[in-house]
Amino acid sequence: MSATDTTTSATMDAAIATTSAMRAETTGAGPGSGARAGAGTASGARRTGAVHRLGPVAEIPVGEARAYAVDGQQIAVFRLRGGGLRAVDAVCPHAGGPLADGQSDDAVVICPLHAHVFDLSTGESASGAEPLGCYPVGLAADGTLEVTV
Amino acid sequence: MTITENTPITPSRTGTSPAAKAISAVPAQREHRQTPAGGRQRLVVVGNGMAGIRAVEEILARGGADLFEVTVFGDEPYGNYNRILLSNVLAGADTEDEIFLNTPEWYTDNGIRLRAGTRVTGLDRYARVVATEDGTVTPYDKLIIATGSRSFIPPIKGLTGPDGQLPGGVFAFRTIDDCRSMIAFAGGRRTAAVIGGGLLGLEAARGLQTYGLEVHVIDAAPTLMNQQLCAEAGGILRRGVEELGITVHPGARTAQVLLAADETGDGETDGGAAGDGGGLGRAVGLEFADGTRLDVDMIVVAAGIRPNVDVGLRGGLTVERGIVTDDQMRSVDDPDVYVVGECAQHRGQVYGLVAPLWEQATVLAEHITGVNPDAAYHGSKTATKLKVAGVAVAAMGLKDAEHPDDEVVRFVEPRQGVYKSVVIRDGKLVGATLLGDTAKSASLIQAFDHGLPLPEERLKLLFDIGLPAAEVGAAEMADEAQVCNCNGVSKGKIVACVKGGMKTVPGVMNATRAGKGCGSCKTLVKEIVEWAADGDVEDDPSANWYVPGVPMDKPTLMAAVREQELRSVSAVFAALAPDGREDAASKMALTSLLRIVWGGDFVDERDGRFINDRVHANIQKDGTFSVVPMIAGGVTSPDELRRIADVAEKYSVPMVKITGGQRIDLLGVRKEDLPKVWADLDMPSGHAYGKSFRTVKTCVGKDFCRFGVGDSTALGVAIEQRYHGLESPGKLKLAVNGCPRNCAEGLIKDVGVVAIDGGRWEIYIGGAGGAHVRKGDLLATVDSPEEVMTLTGRFLQYYRENGKWLERTYTFVPRVGIEKIRAVVVDDTEGIAADLDARIQESIDAYRDPWLERDEPATPGQFRASLPLVSLPRVPVR
Ligand SMILES: Cc1cc2nc3c(=O)[nH]c(=O)nc-3n(C[C@H](O)[C@H](O)[C@H](O)COP(=O)(O)OP(=O)(O)OC[C@H]3O[C@@H](n4cnc5c(N)ncnc54)[C@H](O)[C@@H]3O)c2cc1C
Ligand code: FES
Repeated sequence: MSATDTTTSATMDAAIATTSAMRAETTGAGPGSGARAGAGTASGARRTGAVHRLGPVAEIPVGEARAYAVDGQQIAVFRLRGGGLRAVDAVCPHAGGPLADGQSDDAVVICPLHAHVFDLSTGESASGAEPLGCYPVGLAADGTLEVTV
Repeated sequence: MTITENTPITPSRTGTSPAAKAISAVPAQREHRQTPAGGRQRLVVVGNGMAGIRAVEEILARGGADLFEVTVFGDEPYGNYNRILLSNVLAGADTEDEIFLNTPEWYTDNGIRLRAGTRVTGLDRYARVVATEDGTVTPYDKLIIATGSRSFIPPIKGLTGPDGQLPGGVFAFRTIDDCRSMIAFAGGRRTAAVIGGGLLGLEAARGLQTYGLEVHVIDAAPTLMNQQLCAEAGGILRRGVEELGITVHPGARTAQVLLAADETGDGETDGGAAGDGGGLGRAVGLEFADGTRLDVDMIVVAAGIRPNVDVGLRGGLTVERGIVTDDQMRSVDDPDVYVVGECAQHRGQVYGLVAPLWEQATVLAEHITGVNPDAAYHGSKTATKLKVAGVAVAAMGLKDAEHPDDEVVRFVEPRQGVYKSVVIRDGKLVGATLLGDTAKSASLIQAFDHGLPLPEERLKLLFDIGLPAAEVGAAEMADEAQVCNCNGVSKGKIVACVKGGMKTVPGVMNATRAGKGCGSCKTLVKEIVEWAADGDVEDDPSANWYVPGVPMDKPTLMAAVREQELRSVSAVFAALAPDGREDAASKMALTSLLRIVWGGDFVDERDGRFINDRVHANIQKDGTFSVVPMIAGGVTSPDELRRIADVAEKYSVPMVKITGGQRIDLLGVRKEDLPKVWADLDMPSGHAYGKSFRTVKTCVGKDFCRFGVGDSTALGVAIEQRYHGLESPGKLKLAVNGCPRNCAEGLIKDVGVVAIDGGRWEIYIGGAGGAHVRKGDLLATVDSPEEVMTLTGRFLQYYRENGKWLERTYTFVPRVGIEKIRAVVVDDTEGIAADLDARIQESIDAYRDPWLERDEPATPGQFRASLPLVSLPRVPVR
């Protein structure tokens, strides 16, 4: 069940490679990418490279996530116990579950509705769901969350 | 025709699933040479499905890798998967990944060239080549055709376009892609019709219900599963199916499919995927021969299958219903062309179930490898044993008498949904049907397969009468008796696997695939493994861990937690998990355990809780929550009811429902509204969301009921007020009955109390009345409500400390044994009763109504929306 299972690390690496390739393709697509976004798939979200300021990091309890509306998209930001931040699509591609309500650890989030598991760094699902979109997220000097979509 | 040097692998069509992705990533290997490599013959397999790959596996098992260079063509862009489990995928019970039988690595590891996503369109037997869509040709020395079947689309007006393509909203049910399109389309639709009332149609109907659709089964035949069942059994099945909420239209002839123009740009379909109709319009309803109509949003066609014989026809092979073969599974026209699976016709029979295909594949492999040139297939007797839409069905041979001398024994109990019949000819079993209760199917299938002599007392065929010796136990079964009918695994194979050193049940299941189909044989597999291992079965160690992320069983973990004073979930991971790694899937269970161990001294990390326990409400499918205020013992007041009604109106609650536990459920409340709803209700939490003590159901008791002998209401209210909300391994539902009439259903509760004459009380534990039904075991009969209170609490604490995570009392009580529990809880043989009492008292003292968090949220944004752009509720308002 657990996506942190070490035996899957080889396939995980492959998955990471695939996602980054995919990301490069979508960001690099330029004006033409609008058509793809219109298809409305979970991972086909619009990417403009714009940085959005969301709010103070203190809004997110350690180990949990909160959802934000960012330029018409819904993004869940996770504050990891290990110290990092992760931003992924807030809506589960399986059946629309609210991922910010899911339980998570430093590697994955489990959707609260049917327990599909998603890697927070790559968006890939260890349980066979479609992948999530992932977004760069960090802290500005003043402690404000910043996400790039 | 030209033979190309290097053919690129056709890219997968969907490219999104991990499996598909992995396949297109397999590097294109060098194309075949003109002459066989290293003396090996070129074996080409057309059809990458269950029969084709099984044949390849059997060939490899007979040293085939030294004889053949294997190339497999598959129309579907995936590795071989278990088609049977598509029903589970549709119903959401299995994920796509779980059903794959052969991964891309399997093909590479075995040196097999897989051409997934490549359809074979031509066969030239004189040139000995097959051709694919893109015009490339591949030579063979030996050919296996295993192209299976496709869904039969009946010639109904509007159902197909000129090229056989389906309009929008119309689906076949045969492939992973069919499943995906159905699942993608079903979301948000209201009604679906399934054309066909056979096995597949019913499975599709059941699966579609998962998506909240109202489902109609349109069956041209008068009886469901007409092929296997007689009218009477079909009628019983129909009742079972209708109880699930599926509407059956028997004998309904569909005259045409009503179409509406395609609405484009609605964003629901994705570039050319099935379901979008490709310009044919979209199905909106059905019109029947009698002129009546049914409005539907989607249609699934499950009206039978047709063998894929095109490749045979192109090659000039004899084709009737299927491609005609001899007893070695070769085409009758060409000794170098083998045919296996649903596309093969052997002695006039074409099979549509997997079991015969395994036998065919074995014969083929024995023959083609030369291991046994005399191997011959003599046809299969097919027996079906499965669960159709939740109803257990076993059927074999004749469904009713056909000769005047045929003997039929039949037992029918419609109210229970049970039908059993056997057909006997010349003292041999020639047919049997079991519905609702298939306990006897294993022995019947054996008698049917092997023509065993039958007991004089024919009733014994249908029931275990007297001693259970009549049951064929693991020891008595013949080695070649088939255990898993889905994957064709015999008892002998399972035994061999155990003798080969595999000592865990899951290990044997993975290695042999026994029990990996519909799963109905799992118990038998377990028995055989235990028998073969002679009691030396090893448990999969992780099966005993309390949680997946910490390698310890519950007692060891509890001891470590106490000893090292680990009071928070993160402390447990840091101290006890491998590399100190936290694990999301373990957090909830650890939170529960720590609370039980530490009571008020537990360090509460909110991320350790499941969402329900973070916001004290039960999450619903659209992300809203259900709110159930505490109504102890089911006794409320006009004032409370008024407040509930006001809240329901003020917050536009979509549904107000009386629950089975005698509570009132407000469904569809937005997360942001929860604190306000609780404040307006001004009632404590009813705990209808956690793994905890939930409710005590009561009957009206002696103050009002003329039969009542004890004050069940007062006792029920008192028990609930004392123990409610205490966390436990699984949820706890209790009841108190005022008399043995059992109106509050105390006999099927985790703890059930029954007043009996003379002011005494019986306490039952371990009952269940949900998906699992079990009558509780009598723990004790006591003289006073006080004793009921004490023993209840003591049992609850014993269960809290010893139950496995999510183990309900109906599993816990039989596992530990009622005698043992009685000894500890009632007779105090271990001398721990006082400790148990003290520890549950601590938990009670630490209890605080979680709904008070409305005034001071426990975390920032505790009640903030998690789908900020979705307007909730999305559930229908009633
Ligand atoms: C939903 C569902 C539930 C089922 N449940 C059960 C059950 O409970 N019990 C049971 O016994 N059976 C069940 N079956 C039937 C069982 O799945 C089939 O009997 C079995 O899959 C047949 O195997 P096969 O290899 O002959 O055909 P398939 O598994 O269909 O494989 C044939 C493959 O060949 C490919 N192909 C076809 N033509 C070409 C071509 N020209 N070029 C290249 N490739 C081609 C196809 O795409 C397909 O992948 C079920 C079937 C379905 C659809
Ligand atoms: S909605 Fe996320 S798992 Fe189903």
